[in-house]
Amino acid sequence: MLRRLSAKQPEKFSFSKANLKWAKAQLKKYPKGRQASAVIPLLWKAQEQEGWVSKPAIEFVANFLDMPEIRVLEVATFYFMFHLKPVGSKAHFQVCGTTPCMLRGSEYLIDVCKTRINGKQHSLSSDGSMSWEEVECLGACANAPVVQIGSDYFEDLDKESFEKLISDVETDELLVPGSRSGRFSSEPSNMTRKYSRKKLSSENASVERFRG
Amino acid sequence: MVNKKVKINETIHDFDENLTIIQACEISGIQIPRFCYHERLSIAGNCRMCLVEVVGGPPKPTASCAMQLKDLRPGPNGEPPQVLTNSEMVENARKGVMEFLLINHPLDCPICDQGGECDLQDQAMSFGLGKSRYTEDKRTVEDYDLGPLVETHMTRCISCTRCVRFTTEVAGIDQMGQTGRGEDSEIVTYLSNTLDSELQGNIIDLCPVGALTSKPYAFTARPWELQKTETIDVMDGTGCNIRVDSKGNRVMRITPRENHLVNEEWISDKSRFVWDGIRVQRLDTPFKKVEGNLIPTSWEDALSIASETMRCGNTSFVAGDLVSVETLYTATKLSEYLGGTKVLGDLDTSGPLNGRSFYVGNGKIEDLDKTKNIILLGTNPRKEASVVNARIRKAWINGANVYRLGVKETLTYDVNELGNTFFDLQIFLDKMGSKKSFWTDTIFLVGYSFLNNRSADVALNTVRSYVEKFKSKFLIIHPNASAVGSLDLGFETDVKVKQNVMKETKTIYNLGCDTLEVGKGSFVIYQGSHGDKGAGSADLILPSACYLEEDGIFVNTEGRIQYARKAIQPPGKAKENWRILRAISEKLGYIPNWQDLNGLRGALFDDFPLISEPGKIIMVPWETAEKQKKLGSKVPLKAYIKDYYLSNCICRASKTMGNLARARNSLNLKKAS
Repeated sequence: MLRRLSAKQPEKFSFSKANLKWAKAQLKKYPKGRQASAVIPLLWKAQEQEGWVSKPAIEFVANFLDMPEIRVLEVATFYFMFHLKPVGSKAHFQVCGTTPCMLRGSEYLIDVCKTRINGKQHSLSSDGSMSWEEVECLGACANAPVVQIGSDYFEDLDKESFEKLISDVETDELLVPGSRSGRFSSEPSNMTRKYSRKKLSSENASVERFRG
Repeated sequence: MVNKKVKINETIHDFDENLTIIQACEISGIQIPRFCYHERLSIAGNCRMCLVEVVGGPPKPTASCAMQLKDLRPGPNGEPPQVLTNSEMVENARKGVMEFLLINHPLDCPICDQGGECDLQDQAMSFGLGKSRYTEDKRTVEDYDLGPLVETHMTRCISCTRCVRFTTEVAGIDQMGQTGRGEDSEIVTYLSNTLDSELQGNIIDLCPVGALTSKPYAFTARPWELQKTETIDVMDGTGCNIRVDSKGNRVMRITPRENHLVNEEWISDKSRFVWDGIRVQRLDTPFKKVEGNLIPTSWEDALSIASETMRCGNTSFVAGDLVSVETLYTATKLSEYLGGTKVLGDLDTSGPLNGRSFYVGNGKIEDLDKTKNIILLGTNPRKEASVVNARIRKAWINGANVYRLGVKETLTYDVNELGNTFFDLQIFLDKMGSKKSFWTDTIFLVGYSFLNNRSADVALNTVRSYVEKFKSKFLIIHPNASAVGSLDLGFETDVKVKQNVMKETKTIYNLGCDTLEVGKGSFVIYQGSHGDKGAGSADLILPSACYLEEDGIFVNTEGRIQYARKAIQPPGKAKENWRILRAISEKLGYIPNWQDLNGLRGALFDDFPLISEPGKIIMVPWETAEKQKKLGSKVPLKAYIKDYYLSNCICRASKTMGNLARARNSLNLKKAS
């Protein structure tokens, strides 16, 4: 994917007070003269703050770490997790499209994204509140298919539950991360046996009896 | 240095263990193909063309440019590690790499300027598969604008990153980089800015493919039809070694030659792209002034006018900035015969410079590599000796400290500012006191803005006494190619002498000096190659050859004697400089006992043994400095070169240099606003 800076750029960028304090603390992690090592965490913080990495943000980070702008641009364009274009103001959906999620129906989720948000990924919805992209494995294959918004995972989605998730984002409902099929975490979805502590201990006792 | 025994193919060698395999192979005479590796740049290891097999090492080929000998393991019984450079594995690996590189490389060799001197072409012939198995679409990449010198064809780029490494490491500009990843990686400049460097032309040579080519040379010639002449550059006093490529009687391009002692393998943009200035604004026939207008005339007429005027009154010779030693010598002889004075045009010192220990020093350019402290006194090496500046940057990267007395201009390294007057220098000297460890490891680089200042003789004496006391190094940076040669031949620089000359002399024989201000009443004979300021104010113009059109000796800023060779014929009726002067001598009744250039050189070497050994610096006895005086002068130093790209008459005639000057001015305006 060809990654360039967005044509539309904000006027300026600066860290919020808390982020600036955090960034200054980050610098102390590295020996003197090696501050440039903090470029990825700082860019990431900038993205957390703004939603994406803008040209002023790149220049701010370069200035902050006393390194040439082109070196920061190289890093920002290398890693796909840095968004170089504006993302949805309410949510940026990262739909996992890797094999397990695909087998469990992530293609339908992508179809939903295309109809509800924008036909093209990395593009804003008509009101600018949402955007989406297909990403590689999010590491939650046991709860496939998975969609990530910010740092929250929404799991076990299907077409209906994903449509509802988008509607919830649109109407500013409080989003509850986690499984959409009623699972607590990644336990088997059709549980035939329910374990209780008592049962387990008696099972262990029978095993021990067998051994004995 | 620890040595290590390494077996390369079947022979065992003893190498410094810090060498990489590719360097060791090079030393033992085995050529390893490469694209990204370059001796004078950092190691990238990304082209994979230099793969070799390490026996007993990992079961895959190793990149020889990135593997040090000390990391090679010995054999099971302690036998030296073995490297194979021609095994089946290596051949297959090279074929494979070549195939990958060619996947996205366009097949546009017939319209590519690099064709015929392309590393990719040559290595595909030697190590490639011979045919392509690839039928899919090739990638294309957008070109971008790097300014008036370097043309980009980024589709041809193989991402070796030599250009990025050169501009960051040697040229000292952080503008180029490689963005994106994988198939979409591109070489770009930040926000597509043009490059702002005096050494950017070198990336054309460094580019192993046709991605970066020369804009002024574009589509004008093929390398095999060019006549190659190895000669010396005169755009600054460094005396860079160059190769001039000409076609017919036209210079098509200029490229550097390697000389580790002088220019490593870089040349400045001015040296490289000035050739279009040689074609235009030329004086191709003699002119004489009749009623205020210059009209063309014949050589016969011009020579008789010249000899008549010179016979009548005292004649002074003024040396310009691009004159060869032979010309200066012929002028010297004639001047001795006529009993006049001879002065150097571009340097006005407050006292005489009595010997090489005054106007050259005891340092060499290569000393910069080994010295811990570099003190710039009234010089801007970036403008006055761009290649030396790259050397200072290299020293700075390796930990040298740079101090500067002079005008605050942007350099490519950090400097400790000492101020801008001799008084500030005295403060610095007092502060450092007689710290021996500091001064012994110090080189002073003294420039013209120092020497041209009032009371520079006292300051120079102070510097020289420090050099003498602590065995420091000291080198004058002459911005002009003819400076050391003319000083060796005894041309005067003392400002008092020069003022007298301008006042009293009836006839001034100007050898290409365009900065000369002549009072009314004196007759000016201008002998030069270009119709510039000097020719405009002359009464008689004798057209002569420029530096690429005649053989000549040039003495560089460190006193190194180098031979420039004739690449093309001078235009029209223009003649070689020494020939014109000899013809006038004959007319005046002074007949030198030589007829041709060899005879002239013989006589020159007899008279001035300093200039006799080509390629060498003849060390002269050091003349003891006088007792040191306190420096109190608060006259600020003034920058010597104002417009880098327009510093001599050939540059001023060049369209490329004009474009560059304009581009830099607009860049400076943008920076200022």
